[in-house]
Amino acid sequence: MEKPQHNARAYWRQNLRYLIVLLAIWFLVSFGAGVLFKDVLNTIKIGGFGLGFWFAQQGSIYVFVLLIFIYVRLMNKLDKKFGYDDED
Amino acid sequence: MDVQSWTLLLVVISFSLYIGIAIWSRANSTSDFYIAGGHVPPLANGLATAADWMSAASFLGMAGLLSFTGYDGSVYLMGWTGGYVLLALLLAPYLRKFGKFTVPDFIGDRYYSNITRTVAVFCALMVSFTYVAGQMRGVGLVFSRFLEVPIDTGVIIGMLIVLFYAVLGGMKGITYTQVAQYCVLIFAFMVPAIFISIQMTGNPVPQLGMGSQVLGEETYLLDKLDGLSEALGFTAYTDGSKSTLDILCITAALMVGTAGLPHVIVRFFTVPKVRDARKSAGYALLFIAILYTTAPAVAVFARTNLLETVSGQPYEAMPEWFRKWETTGLILFEDKNQDGLIQYTGDAEINELTVDPDITVLANPEIADLPNWVIALVAAGGLAAALSTAAGLLLVISTAISHDLIKKQWKPDISDRSELVLARISAVIAVCIAGYFGINPPDFVAATVALAFGLAAASFFPAIILGIFYKKMNKEGATAGMVVGIGAMLYYMLRFKFDMFGGGTSEDWWFGISPEGFGTVAMLLNFIVSLSVSAFFRDPPEEVQEIVENIRLPKGAGEASPH
Repeated sequence: MEKPQHNARAYWRQNLRYLIVLLAIWFLVSFGAGVLFKDVLNTIKIGGFGLGFWFAQQGSIYVFVLLIFIYVRLMNKLDKKFGYDDED
Repeated sequence: MDVQSWTLLLVVISFSLYIGIAIWSRANSTSDFYIAGGHVPPLANGLATAADWMSAASFLGMAGLLSFTGYDGSVYLMGWTGGYVLLALLLAPYLRKFGKFTVPDFIGDRYYSNITRTVAVFCALMVSFTYVAGQMRGVGLVFSRFLEVPIDTGVIIGMLIVLFYAVLGGMKGITYTQVAQYCVLIFAFMVPAIFISIQMTGNPVPQLGMGSQVLGEETYLLDKLDGLSEALGFTAYTDGSKSTLDILCITAALMVGTAGLPHVIVRFFTVPKVRDARKSAGYALLFIAILYTTAPAVAVFARTNLLETVSGQPYEAMPEWFRKWETTGLILFEDKNQDGLIQYTGDAEINELTVDPDITVLANPEIADLPNWVIALVAAGGLAAALSTAAGLLLVISTAISHDLIKKQWKPDISDRSELVLARISAVIAVCIAGYFGINPPDFVAATVALAFGLAAASFFPAIILGIFYKKMNKEGATAGMVVGIGAMLYYMLRFKFDMFGGGTSEDWWFGISPEGFGTVAMLLNFIVSLSVSAFFRDPPEEVQEIVENIRLPKGAGEASPH
């Protein structure tokens, strides 16, 4: 086992990396697809939905739910790897 | 059975259930009262958080708002769900590890200052009171429309119920009644939505029905609605009329405000471990998403139904629901050209019909001619949504008084038992004040709900984020940031919502940003001021930096403790 201080820093850095990636997706589906690129995406139709409108009123919400569960999985694995998991 | 008997039956059954749960889950210590002893399983916490969060505004108001604003309403959908991603990734796990009872607890300890703590208590009280007044009003409205009792009597019945389980059970009682309330409210929301979706598109899943073809026609529902809207002089439903910058700002303010709301954050103190805090944020958003993805479908169905039923039709031929809502003043018809037909258009000069968006969800089952028990179910669901949120807010208020002010600042040596008594007394007082505002609603309730989000965004969010992610942030920086953030937000709201400081119209908005969206600007100001001011003062003491190191690691969250 490496030094605890070093361990903590590596854990934190990996955590930040996950956050950046997940929040980038969070930003892209809502502010990106739902607002900024809405008009371009609306030229693509899925059923009765323009894709931009679908992202703004449906798609972004589904992705948000997925993002949290992916984060939960990633962090549970990371906790275990660094021995910070809290099993009784 | 008629609608009124069905409503009475369902309301009595659901209320007895809530009271039964409250008696079963009484609080025996301050830890029970403030955070349900920290023993709530993540699934139950997810359900409770969803009910806590979804208020009368989500249940009754949102679909209506969407129905009347089309694409522009997306800000509420993305804003009020996207905030949970921030909450789950940036706040909940760390605050749970910190392991105290309240948000001001964290701010006061992390910034080693009672002044900062008091600023936080002030914000928590302000946010919660403005919110809770609206909930009580919602309870009164449902009672008056469906059981035909005066609004004030409705408010008082609601007060007594909340009083009973919030005072007796504290967080413990609230948590388990919220679980039941979530089940009631989601059932009540989904049943009519599914019925109407089948009726209009043949698809039983409303989320899909919204994008399907109209039953028996070759056109897609959304295209049909766009066509109907434009033909009548409204903006096409799937296009917006707000500026892109304003849409971005409002969405961001609602997201960040959501993540900073004390009654939501405190729910994550109730689970046993850090990993449970993360997981229950996921469950919470999942349960919220069921309603939030159905609401836009309901909005489309309701709008299409409304336009088809009333537009250009003779007034004399209107169905019964139209007259019932007319008597409440929420539907107004003025026959300007005296032809006996209803002209409903986007042109204010010749438009003859005004419909209050708030009736959409309540009237929708009637407009679609659904069975009486479905209509009654919606009333019970609306009550569940309003009561669950009111209870969560009242708990924040009573905790702020008994714990953050009295225990932490005024009388630190008070015993657990007397603190519990104090917490119960504060809850009683808070319910009475909320009831008073429900009966005598100040004109600014609607305006201040937006203010509540703006305030939370401008104050708590940056202070908490910097407290976790920036170890060197000191009390001077955080306090200056919060004061500037709140000050800017208050100034903008008072000026453009209440006509103070010279007032002004939407022409005078800075960069065209509405007061609802200004929370984003105020939040950025807070971040900038905090970071610049902190550079001029000493780093926080060693032991505070250790707290920060410690909350970043999930191991050993243990039981929350008051010390």
